[in-house]
Amino acid sequence: MNYQWNWGVFLQPSATGDDTYLGWMLSGFKMTITLSLSAWLIALLLGALVGVLRTVPNKLLAGIATGYVELFRNVPLLVQLFIWYFVLPELLPAAIGTAYKQSNPVLQQFSAAMICLGLFTSARVAEQVRAGINSLPKGQKNAGLALGLTLAQTYRHVMLPMAFRLVVPPLTSEFLNIFKNSAVCSTIGLLELAAQGRQLVDYTAQPFESFIAVTVSYVIINVTVMTLMHRFERRIAVPGYIGGK
Amino acid sequence: MYEFDWSSIPGALPFLWDGMKITLEITVQAIVIGIVWGTLLAMMRLSSIKPLSWFAAGYVNLFRAVPLVMVLLWFFLIVPKFIETLFNFPPGADLRLSSAMMGFALFESAYYSEIIRAGIQSVPKGQVAAAYALGMNYRQAMRLVILPQAFRNMIPLLLTQAIILFQDTSLVYVSALADFFGAAYKVGDRDGRLVELLLFAGAVYFVICFSVSRLVKHFQNKYHPA
Repeated sequence: MNYQWNWGVFLQPSATGDDTYLGWMLSGFKMTITLSLSAWLIALLLGALVGVLRTVPNKLLAGIATGYVELFRNVPLLVQLFIWYFVLPELLPAAIGTAYKQSNPVLQQFSAAMICLGLFTSARVAEQVRAGINSLPKGQKNAGLALGLTLAQTYRHVMLPMAFRLVVPPLTSEFLNIFKNSAVCSTIGLLELAAQGRQLVDYTAQPFESFIAVTVSYVIINVTVMTLMHRFERRIAVPGYIGGK
Repeated sequence: MYEFDWSSIPGALPFLWDGMKITLEITVQAIVIGIVWGTLLAMMRLSSIKPLSWFAAGYVNLFRAVPLVMVLLWFFLIVPKFIETLFNFPPGADLRLSSAMMGFALFESAYYSEIIRAGIQSVPKGQVAAAYALGMNYRQAMRLVILPQAFRNMIPLLLTQAIILFQDTSLVYVSALADFFGAAYKVGDRDGRLVELLLFAGAVYFVICFSVSRLVKHFQNKYHPA
């Protein structure tokens, strides 16, 4: 095999001239991080809400929440992304749809990707939150109600403070997933890490260096998030439970 | 308001069905390889021979740290070139599709191996000791005592992973394999009816995945009543 290794390629000025190829990589890296973190914010807020709703006695609310989770869990992420990006703007009222389509293309890609990843992950977060609430001993809820707290107060002061601490470890793996799933957004042309990797292959003709650099970047993200989350998990673990002191 | 026009779907059904057959083919192939290779990886990971256990740990952690899209691109763009130059393949042979399918299966194996490892570890230690006490060797103990019990415990998780894997197959889109999703996209693009075809594809995936997950839940309740 006579492949010419050339790691110096990253320092060469890029084809468009205004940046180096390393600069492309870094901008992809930043895009992946920004996208994943903003989608994670949506996923946490919506997921916590939907997860709580799934456990409430009100049949209608619980039913809506269940439908939400089933919908987002049973359609592939790629299909959801294409529906957000290609289908939704068509179905909006004409004025809004046209305004969206005339806006900055990067903004269009980013908003579709962020909403898609956020809602997709929120369904998974909701499942973990529901499992966390259901894992609490029944006595906790009954004790809260017996003390004269309303159902909302029981959730707010008794169940959720426990449940949210218990779900941190399973949420870590969802948090890791969101970074990996963000690579799917390269398919609508968003220039995140995977898309930059592909572009580098085309422009530099150094496929190995490009893909190794991108793959290593994902591993670095993965290891960093895992380390930070384990530290956080240890801090927040409930004494007496697995992982607690 | 958008005017729906579903008329391009009936004529495209045979083409879409061809795509679905490819999707199912990739799914089944990846499940089979995933379970076989995943079992071997899990056994290596639990083995007392350190290099085997390190290899399995490295394999699983690497594949689990990298997005599926990247793995598919590796196996679609880079690996075929590498193999072609290494083994002097005739330039006409196109390895890219089989390579992408193989990459997909190797990726899913990492996830299967974690499920299977947990399954093996869920078998009580006394079972292993009893098998050895009866004079069985490692292979006999694994094949006759541990794995059958482990797999019975794992069935719901293996099936749930199969549903995830079925959804993941849509990502072979990046490698230009004409699976069900790729076929739907092509028809929609050709007829200018992307909206209808994408919604149709989403509905088909939903119906299949939802029904299978109900089925899994049903079996789970039947054999492992909570």
